[in-house]
Amino acid sequence: MAVTELPTAGMLPGGPGEGVQVVIAGEELPTQEMTLSIGPQHPSTHGVLRVVLTLDGERIDTATPVIGYMHRAFDKLSEARDYRQIIALSNRHDWLSAFGNELGVALATERLMGIEAPERAQWIRMLMAEWNRVLNHLMFLGSFGLELGAMTPMFYAFREREDIQTLMEMATGARMHFTYCRVGGLKEDLPKGFLQYSEVLVKRIRHRLLDYEGLLLGNEIFKKRTVGIGVLPGEVAKSYGVTGPILHASGVAEDSRKTEPYLKYSEVDFEVPVGEHGDSFDRFNVLYHRIEQSLRIIEQVHAKLPAGPIMPGKMPKYLKPPEGWTYVRTENSLGETGYYLVSRGDTKPWRLKMRTPSFHNVSMIPYLLKGVLLPDLIAVLGSVFFVVGDVDR
Amino acid sequence: MIFYHFFSNPWAVFALKLAAVFIFFLTAPLVLGYVEHKGLAHMQSRLGPMEAGRFHGWAQLIADGVKFIQKEDIVPDAADRRIFMLAPMIVIIPVSLVFLVIPFGPAAVSCHAPAGTGGCGFWGENFDVGIFFVLAISAISVIGMLMAGWASANKFSLIGAIRGAAQLIAYELPLVLAASAVAMQAGTLSLVGIGDAQKAYWFVFPQIAGFIIFVIASLAELSRPPFDMPIADSEIIFGHMTEYTGIRFGLFLLSEYAGIVSLSAIAVVLYLGAWHGFIVPWIPGPIWTLAKIGALSFLVIWLRATYPRLREDQLQKMAWKYLIPIALVNILLTMIFKVVF
Repeated sequence: MAVTELPTAGMLPGGPGEGVQVVIAGEELPTQEMTLSIGPQHPSTHGVLRVVLTLDGERIDTATPVIGYMHRAFDKLSEARDYRQIIALSNRHDWLSAFGNELGVALATERLMGIEAPERAQWIRMLMAEWNRVLNHLMFLGSFGLELGAMTPMFYAFREREDIQTLMEMATGARMHFTYCRVGGLKEDLPKGFLQYSEVLVKRIRHRLLDYEGLLLGNEIFKKRTVGIGVLPGEVAKSYGVTGPILHASGVAEDSRKTEPYLKYSEVDFEVPVGEHGDSFDRFNVLYHRIEQSLRIIEQVHAKLPAGPIMPGKMPKYLKPPEGWTYVRTENSLGETGYYLVSRGDTKPWRLKMRTPSFHNVSMIPYLLKGVLLPDLIAVLGSVFFVVGDVDR
Repeated sequence: MIFYHFFSNPWAVFALKLAAVFIFFLTAPLVLGYVEHKGLAHMQSRLGPMEAGRFHGWAQLIADGVKFIQKEDIVPDAADRRIFMLAPMIVIIPVSLVFLVIPFGPAAVSCHAPAGTGGCGFWGENFDVGIFFVLAISAISVIGMLMAGWASANKFSLIGAIRGAAQLIAYELPLVLAASAVAMQAGTLSLVGIGDAQKAYWFVFPQIAGFIIFVIASLAELSRPPFDMPIADSEIIFGHMTEYTGIRFGLFLLSEYAGIVSLSAIAVVLYLGAWHGFIVPWIPGPIWTLAKIGALSFLVIWLRATYPRLREDQLQKMAWKYLIPIALVNILLTMIFKVVF
């Protein structure tokens, strides 16, 4: 458009004929969208997730998560390993909730074979699963703060995690990949002093949670950064298959520990914390309160843990589940983990398909990121709790 | 006798002062950096550096410096080479010049120094417009920041630099407004004069609003948490410093810590009574000044351990909607105070 055709060309006041012509050409200014590739190596994606953004200034137009950098073919590999080995495999895809993963495989195999773990083993499994949940959630509590620029919660979280890992190590011998479950029960019974230390830890962590409350939940800047950011309505969450704390934060209290109890979850008393608005703050808040609920369950396990064996008396030498299929859903730390297990009567499964929560959580990132600012990308990504290994498997 | 001759020569004394300022400029950031390493570590239930220099890692920062010098100085292919290499200097020189005018102690009673040699006292130079000088010159750094961000040919750098520039524009204003209220109260623009004027009471008491504004604006100008958006490491890697390596990166870091010391020093002179002590006034003035600078710098470190980062637009809102109006009201009140009393 030529300058003379512009409708709003006015004159600044001056002497007669001395005015300065002002051309308002705001709408005509050419702007260009910038493509920014966040990841796969980027400090805020904790892992090798890549998000390709198109930016208008600092506002995000589209966001496309690119996954697969950590694909390790667990599903396929499971078809070449026998049932005992799968347990050691499965606790590696989501390295932050190793016990929850192996528990699911053990439960699926047991259901297919028609055996049930002894009472004591079930209670101990529950205890370990809940400690694992606390371990996992602490990690996300800390890293969310770190991504928003608050360093300290991260180090506090690792201090607590260290204690819990010591506890888990007492029983399992491992700090991360526990491999404590066996088909039919557990590797071995709890060692001496485990329960005492566990009781001490519950108290200690409950006390130290107040630090997080002060540093993050009650922090004005933290609230400013997270309240109303990345709002996920419950209906949308359901349509994306989102589960776990993110779904709860959107106000849907779907938790397979409640709706389809496995182990002894029907015998303990706990609540599923839910959020109201489904924003980043609610997700974080739900995560925080889930830790409290887990500690509650752990305390009840301490009180109710029965004596007895931890493996059924007689187990077959080779695990050969009869032909058939089963689907087991467990509420893992980050959400619902499903195991679709098909057996053809062999020592190896014919197919093991895992339904992992992180994959579904990541799939709704484009929905959440549309139209938010670049700094809010962090507040959103940090609150969409995922582990990249769990996304890619 | 030779010493007498040496010290009676004002030019020799001036050269000595310059050397002292330079040494202070190089060492104070190191000390502060070490305190940050250890202080943050202990606040976060860690130990921090423990190995370098054997005793609690006291030599860690020196080791870091040596490492920075040894590293290869990489200039990206796409970068605007000359500007890229020049940017760290543009950032660091203004910061070092600020130290020249900060008074650490009172003026000597009798003084025979000729004009142009800085007068007699614990400072490098005593300008009549000292406060004007420090505020003007410390704002130059942002040009270096923009140069670095633009010349790096990196999108993260560019976003960081633009954020930095926007932040500086928003926060230079409350900083200057707060400082000008102090100048009005003291009746002088000279930093030494402002220090002298606080003999009876520190200006932090009448100017408490100004002090808070000054500290917040300084934090924003230094891009320190909670206002570290220009280098927000979880969003844009390291802002304008993303592409820098080796000693040039080291210079950026040095300028950050020197900036903390210099703005703390300015705040101490403007608000915290400069070299005037309390309770134990027999402690010499320069030690008081250093102690106050240390305390204020520690506050900056403390904030880093406590707060998450604000968002750029929230920061702008805070500056234009709250800090600047409050600073203007503060000036008005100071004016009324000066006229009435």
